[in-house]
Amino acid sequence: MNYNSWGNYPIANPSNVWSIYWRDQEIAFDEVDNSFLCYAQGKSYGDICLNENGILLDTKKLNRFISFDSQKGIVRCEAGITFSEILRIIVPQGWFLPVVPGTQFISLGGAIANDIHGKNHHQAGTFGRYVKCFELLKSDGTRLLCSLEHNSDLYKATIGGLGLTGLITWAEIELIPIKNPYLNVEYIKFNHINDFFQLNKLSEKHFTYTVAWLDCVSNRRSLGRGIFMRANHSEQEINLLSSRRSFSIPCYLPNFVLNRYAIKTFNWMYYHKHQSIKNELLHYQSFFFQLDAIHNWNRIYGKRGFLQYQCIVPEEDKSIVIDLLKRIVKSGQGSFLSVLKTFGKVNSPGLLSFPMKGITLALDFPNQGQKTLSLLTELDSIVIKNNGRVYPAKDARMSSEAFKSYYSNWKDFLKHKDIKFNSNFWRRVTG
Amino acid sequence: MQKKIVIFGATSSIAQEVAKLYAENGAQLFLVGRNASHLLAIADDLKIISGNKVDYECCDLLEFENHSRIIDLAISTLGHIDIVLIAHGTLSDQIACEKNFQHTYTELKINLISSISLLTLLANYFEKQKKGCLAVISSVAGDRGRQSNYIYGTAKAGLSVFLQGLRNRLSHSNVNVLTIKPGFVDTPMTKDFNKGLLWSKPNKVAKKIVTAIYQSQQEIYTPWFWRYIMLIIKIIPERIFCKLKL
Repeated sequence: MNYNSWGNYPIANPSNVWSIYWRDQEIAFDEVDNSFLCYAQGKSYGDICLNENGILLDTKKLNRFISFDSQKGIVRCEAGITFSEILRIIVPQGWFLPVVPGTQFISLGGAIANDIHGKNHHQAGTFGRYVKCFELLKSDGTRLLCSLEHNSDLYKATIGGLGLTGLITWAEIELIPIKNPYLNVEYIKFNHINDFFQLNKLSEKHFTYTVAWLDCVSNRRSLGRGIFMRANHSEQEINLLSSRRSFSIPCYLPNFVLNRYAIKTFNWMYYHKHQSIKNELLHYQSFFFQLDAIHNWNRIYGKRGFLQYQCIVPEEDKSIVIDLLKRIVKSGQGSFLSVLKTFGKVNSPGLLSFPMKGITLALDFPNQGQKTLSLLTELDSIVIKNNGRVYPAKDARMSSEAFKSYYSNWKDFLKHKDIKFNSNFWRRVTG
Repeated sequence: MQKKIVIFGATSSIAQEVAKLYAENGAQLFLVGRNASHLLAIADDLKIISGNKVDYECCDLLEFENHSRIIDLAISTLGHIDIVLIAHGTLSDQIACEKNFQHTYTELKINLISSISLLTLLANYFEKQKKGCLAVISSVAGDRGRQSNYIYGTAKAGLSVFLQGLRNRLSHSNVNVLTIKPGFVDTPMTKDFNKGLLWSKPNKVAKKIVTAIYQSQQEIYTPWFWRYIMLIIKIIPERIFCKLKL
């Protein structure tokens, strides 16, 4: 069994893995003098889900439903359950998860620990806002019910708390109603980053979901060209079944496959395959979870892995995004899927939540060693200067100084951190 | 038609996965297990997945005198039974058994005698009903006695032979008896082992079991390659086998 993170970088093996089978199971935290961290699906890109030489608590088997009120749309599940497993049950009964990321193969506990966001952030805010309550098992064996009413400080610290406040055994979440599993989706091509801002402004009010794919290889006049996607849940009374074929990348591709020409070609093709405006009715699986159709797509980056970079900067100033894009284009280290999205002003409930009002840019880079790390450090300096933040769930390299500048309240968080829980990420940014 | 299924040892990992697969197809389940809170957790989950009620009974199957009451309860709750899965068991501590017969005796009761007791009652019910399937988890360990776990192996060998005979008898009544021989499966029962290439996951084993029940197969090894591993282990001459440390 492999306990890597999704980016396959860094590689950090635990000394031991303990599987958790039952939500009332007692865990012998006292038996060993070592640190603990939960691990479920390993879909975090960097090292927040890694605990080198420590103990990983594998929570994949905590994947049961506890209760589901199909009238009010409230579901309570064990924390290791995946979004995919939840959706399979709730969608046919007219409900949807309030916030979903780009993959459905993440655990509920992981979604809380990273206070994840989705394409509807401008209206809905983060996932944490819909978490009504959860049970937290601390390393001293106590079990605490956390909500806005009970242990509210710990509740806020655990949402976006990177799994460091203890083990979430179960959580209760509020769902949103849907009429059918489909979305009305519109695609609009734009030729320059400036057009994005205009389109986005026009779309945010009337569309629940908005996001743009960026070609971050092209330069000058078409700097930051891309495809804007906006969508709403379909209101029609339809009930069609969809089966989607998926395939898997069977092994790690050799490192040379993903060179800059491949990335350039992909970006060019992706941009040109779309018509300038297109409408379609898409099943939720195809709209939200495009890459899930290719299992282990991370293997295209080979064994050296890849790095994700997602930052947010205050929106008002487009020049910051343009500046970031210029640096990336200049470096020649393009990314396959660059995503641009604005976050709304709805507050995130978590103490260390990443989202805030502004514009967020997410990119992935094949790991080319020092060259890649230097570029990301360069990007960091722009983000720091502009009072932005970088997303820990996707990070594998930010410096301690950078982290402390992004999350200036990290010391408040220390009060709530469980003393026996730790991760590679945390040791790096606070060490 | 909605299947009515009884599972003994319902809290075992393989049984949980089998139950989930049947729940997804809307089956009605009756679970038997030893731990009340675990049974409740599983039943709640299956209820939401299947959309049906799920009943369960908490009991220690070493109390043989309760077997007929539980089976009657399952029949009266479900109306009738289509499929039974017997999945309870323990992985014996071979060293402890070698030192103390009481250990051996208990292991044989759990892994062999309790199943025979249940199957005796169930066989008579199914024989009268003239349809249904009795699926029982045995083990590759019963294919040949090896020094590392021959007590467990003895129980499973006895169970496999019992099932052969039962299959022969019940085939005349249109009842299928399925012997399931899993190899190494990554479950709480085997948590202290180092897992390598030969290991399989409970959900994969469960899929094979459900398929085998559907196709009325008689004996399966899961994963499939264990049939050939055991074939090789079985044909090694005893004189040579004695010198090996398996």
